[in-house]
Amino acid sequence: MIWEVTSRFSSLPDFMFPSLTQVLKTLFTGIVNGQITIAIVKSMSRLLIGFSVAILIGLTLGYLIWRFKLVEDTLGFLVTALQSIPSIVWFPLAIIWFGLNDFSILFIVTIGATWTMTISATSGFKNVPTLYQRVAKTLGSNGLHFLRTVILPASVPQIISGLRIAWAFSWRALMAGELLGSGGGLGHLLETGRSLGQMDLVISVMIIIGIIGTMMYLRCDKGCRIAFS
Amino acid sequence: MKGEIIVYLTIDGIEKSFPHQKKGQVKVLDNINLEVEKGQFVSIVGPSGCGKSTLLYLVAGLEKADKGEIRIAGKKVTGAGPERVVVFQEDGLFPWLTVLENVTYGLLLKGMPKKLAEKKALDMLKMVHLSNYTNAHPHQLSGGMKQRVSIARALVMEPDILLMDEPFAALDEQTRMVLHNELIEIWKKTHVTILFITHNIREAVLLSERIVVFETRPGKIKATFSSNTMKDGIMPNDIMFHLEQKILVSLQDEIEKVLKEEMGDDYIFKTGSLHRDSSGDLGSHI
Repeated sequence: MIWEVTSRFSSLPDFMFPSLTQVLKTLFTGIVNGQITIAIVKSMSRLLIGFSVAILIGLTLGYLIWRFKLVEDTLGFLVTALQSIPSIVWFPLAIIWFGLNDFSILFIVTIGATWTMTISATSGFKNVPTLYQRVAKTLGSNGLHFLRTVILPASVPQIISGLRIAWAFSWRALMAGELLGSGGGLGHLLETGRSLGQMDLVISVMIIIGIIGTMMYLRCDKGCRIAFS
Repeated sequence: MKGEIIVYLTIDGIEKSFPHQKKGQVKVLDNINLEVEKGQFVSIVGPSGCGKSTLLYLVAGLEKADKGEIRIAGKKVTGAGPERVVVFQEDGLFPWLTVLENVTYGLLLKGMPKKLAEKKALDMLKMVHLSNYTNAHPHQLSGGMKQRVSIARALVMEPDILLMDEPFAALDEQTRMVLHNELIEIWKKTHVTILFITHNIREAVLLSERIVVFETRPGKIKATFSSNTMKDGIMPNDIMFHLEQKILVSLQDEIEKVLKEEMGDDYIFKTGSLHRDSSGDLGSHI
């Protein structure tokens, strides 16, 4: 309401401060004619690929750091340092390495989630109670079985909280990457909206981003609760 | 001919030290020699910190001794194994598995088919009176129930020896009483060899055939008592009381030693060097 009223009566032109109805209209047509839908699919596929790779790398690195003292002393410190670098900072490097394409965006999405994932996986593995480990050992578990049935499930709470943060990081990295890069996606649509002076489109995309983010959080929350009930 | 005695567990000249921040190496076990016959129920009592749990972990293969060796049926212990299952003070059930899954965990590891493992687990859960809770998760159970599940999880493995590390210490008195009876029943039924660690003298006297009293810092065997009446059933109260008294007398010095050390340290911390001499005297006669 306030939005609608202020927009109609403000002295700013419509394209700078569109009204709610205008935004909803753009959002609707964008979804129907595929402009926004295609962007969503494109962004999500990038995100899912990048995020999955990050989880795999994160868990592997976490395992190595937990298992080997030497790796912890060397790589462990490096990871902490790397984690403090915002992933978009890698973008110039990625463009030079891979060119201005999908791969660069994937790269920064992955980088954005990997370090957080590594750190939470490490602390998850380290905090598995000795009691569980001893119980499993005396019942005859070892090697991969031990890892799969004790270490992984026991560190699920930490890993899930790591996933959430990692998700947020890669989501931000994706938007930033698409804004600067090319090849479609929600971020690219934002850039299109800016260059065409269509703030209604920009705001529509923002709404979509908000909805997707919230959905993922809720899904994650539910998942946690199922895992621990 | 009397029944032949088969020595099952041999603990031979075990020594173990742990690194200590201030004192360098602290010896927790010193020259421990113990033999346990097959099917025997042996308790180890001693004051806290005397290394009795460490000895149990050594037998379980979770720790390595500095010196000496432990043999099970003549074979040297080199690591943890499913024929020597431990029941810990805390239940140690995996919270992400159901009761049934917890109990079948070890069986499936042995390569037993799932159907058979579940059947065995159910039988065992019946024995500890928990057949109504097979699909519950551990956090839905009370402390006593959890400990019963962990006993079931250990027994279902049909271990040659059951190692129990103060399994009832964290439970309330009533639950403990019930579990004592259940444990004796189970022991009579299965004839499993049991090594039972406790600091509760009454518990030791009530349950076991043989009681080993530990000396503290470093841990040593001080005396052993046996109560042959156990095998026939309930021990008369006066004999039990007498035995308890004897063990208590034997433990008294040790308890005093621990107390003095703890209080003495405390005292120095507060008022300076008043008790330094007596605490300095403390281990010098050992």
